[in-house]
Amino acid sequence: MKNRIKEKLKEDKKLLSIYFTAGYPSLNDTVTIIKDLEKNGVDMIEIGLPFSDPLADGPTIQESSTIALKNGMTTNILFEQLKDIRKSVQIPLIIMGYFNPMMQYGIEAFCAKCQEIGIDGLIIPDLPVAEYHEHYQDTFEKYGLINVFLITPQTSEERIRFIDSVSNGFIYMVSSASTTGAKNTFGDVQQQYFERIQSLDLKNPQIVGFGISNSETFTQATKTTKGAIIGSAFIKHLTNEGTDTISAFIKKIRD
Amino acid sequence: MNYQVNEKGYYGVFGGAYIPEMLYPNVEELRTTYLNIMNEPSFKEEFNQLLKDYVGRPSPLFYAERLSKKYNTKVYLKREDLNHTGAHKVNNTIGQILVAKKLGKNRIIAETGAGQHGVATATVCALMGIQCIVYMGEIDIKRQAPNVARMKMLGAEVRPAKSGSKTLKDATNEAIRDWINNPVDTHYIIGSAIGPHPYPDMVTRFQSIISEEIKWQLKEKEGRENPDYVVACIGGGSNAAGTYYHFLEEPSVGIIAVEAAGKGVHSGESAATSQLGKEGIIHGCKTLLMQTPDGQITEPYSISAGLDYPGVGPLHSHLYKTGRGEFYSVTDDDAMAAGLELSKLEGIIPAIETSHALAIFKEKKFKPDDVVVISLSGRGDKDLDTYIEYFKL
Repeated sequence: MKNRIKEKLKEDKKLLSIYFTAGYPSLNDTVTIIKDLEKNGVDMIEIGLPFSDPLADGPTIQESSTIALKNGMTTNILFEQLKDIRKSVQIPLIIMGYFNPMMQYGIEAFCAKCQEIGIDGLIIPDLPVAEYHEHYQDTFEKYGLINVFLITPQTSEERIRFIDSVSNGFIYMVSSASTTGAKNTFGDVQQQYFERIQSLDLKNPQIVGFGISNSETFTQATKTTKGAIIGSAFIKHLTNEGTDTISAFIKKIRD
Repeated sequence: MNYQVNEKGYYGVFGGAYIPEMLYPNVEELRTTYLNIMNEPSFKEEFNQLLKDYVGRPSPLFYAERLSKKYNTKVYLKREDLNHTGAHKVNNTIGQILVAKKLGKNRIIAETGAGQHGVATATVCALMGIQCIVYMGEIDIKRQAPNVARMKMLGAEVRPAKSGSKTLKDATNEAIRDWINNPVDTHYIIGSAIGPHPYPDMVTRFQSIISEEIKWQLKEKEGRENPDYVVACIGGGSNAAGTYYHFLEEPSVGIIAVEAAGKGVHSGESAATSQLGKEGIIHGCKTLLMQTPDGQITEPYSISAGLDYPGVGPLHSHLYKTGRGEFYSVTDDDAMAAGLELSKLEGIIPAIETSHALAIFKEKKFKPDDVVVISLSGRGDKDLDTYIEYFKL
């Protein structure tokens, strides 16, 4: 079976990817949100496995994680919620989470479960590329999972090339030196960074995350890249508007 | 058996640097430079000068005669409580502020629980004229008002950590986030032997002055460099790491670690990480940590705010796993009694963290000719309110 992320990356369009925290706003919203996002033309979804101490995230995603955990979300419950997801959803699904909960589940068991459900990839911000390459890459690949690494404006070219060589899907390009969080516009520094990365001519396409919140930042971010990921802005939308108006949110980005 | 960190940053299976890519340049800069910086003659000279003239080192090694008599063994107290700012913490902050200067950083951040490390950091920042921001849990800010005032007097800005449980681990998360957002000009002074490599090793080396002094001081007093036991309390484990360091490769020296059992190891209100923890990742390193079966980090409890940490430094996890260290855990009640006992027997009021180490006599019987060195890591001034409330003084 072909990996859905790879197939999606071949499409001739700028990809819109949405992150949300599983178990937020309510424990059983997970499947509803995924279906609704696909129905509204989202290309890819990152399902956040909540963690008590999410170091790379800003206040919006941390707060949603805290609430999701209070709602009772666990790794087992998330897998249970997703067990029939491939009966209805076709777009690539990625689990984004921190390494400790995956370690406790057992890395191999976690990967096997992801494959069984039809998860296509993982994003683990606190699993460094060298550690992955040395200890976990074989396991991830055995279960057909694409692991996605982050680069930032501070990442050296040598390291970007190493990450590119280990990656087998896309590279998650963090827009600025920051934790996650919505911004209204990107400045010259970001534009130069986007162009610099474009000029490296990497084998993996790049998708930009952190700071994408509206059609303006989406357009800016995807001028030189394959797509963009929206997280905090979508979580804020869920907080303020609930799960009923997802179509309005997506429409605003795509306009 | 080797107890030094290896080239990849591990003590056995523990350690490493499990950090988001956003932190990689900062941590990598430190990893590739810290040993060179620490070995520069100009660095050593300035570090040693400040330890002597500013901190007041060497700290005395005091033979506790009445305590020795009571427990029928020979007890020496390593008086870190007599350091400037009242605890061992300043050994590390002096070292790290000098590293930060060498790296050209002009902004310092730190996390603090009870405020001791925050005060020690604010102190050295004032000394060097460098901007200082201390993250402290919102709940701890309310519990530790005098230390908050001290930090402010020293010119530091105290920023409340409002996320999660609003205590030490959340303050640490906030400090790490600050570092992610300020990757160029800022150095993060971690207060314990925890965090991503090279922090545990760097902090341990700065604190190793404790065991370095014990060696020559004991030689003067007992005619031998090695005691039979060294004893220290452990939260994250920086005073313990420093107390053990020069004895780790000496098999004749017993290494004793005392953790906080809170209201009892299995009471649900405890911080005895070696007993309750499982291997996992916290604040960038693989170590033993207290967590749910699902891998969520749990909130520890101890009457002592300085031992109230859900993890333990990777060196200590290694000492535990290999059996090199003997680990004990003592309850709030036993620690408080030991603190009161030392006050009455020796005229020294210890920090409540330190009182845990002193409660070792309830757990273990020593031989009459054993030489037992206990790290008296801090003084009790900051804990008077807790002592007053506990003993109805």
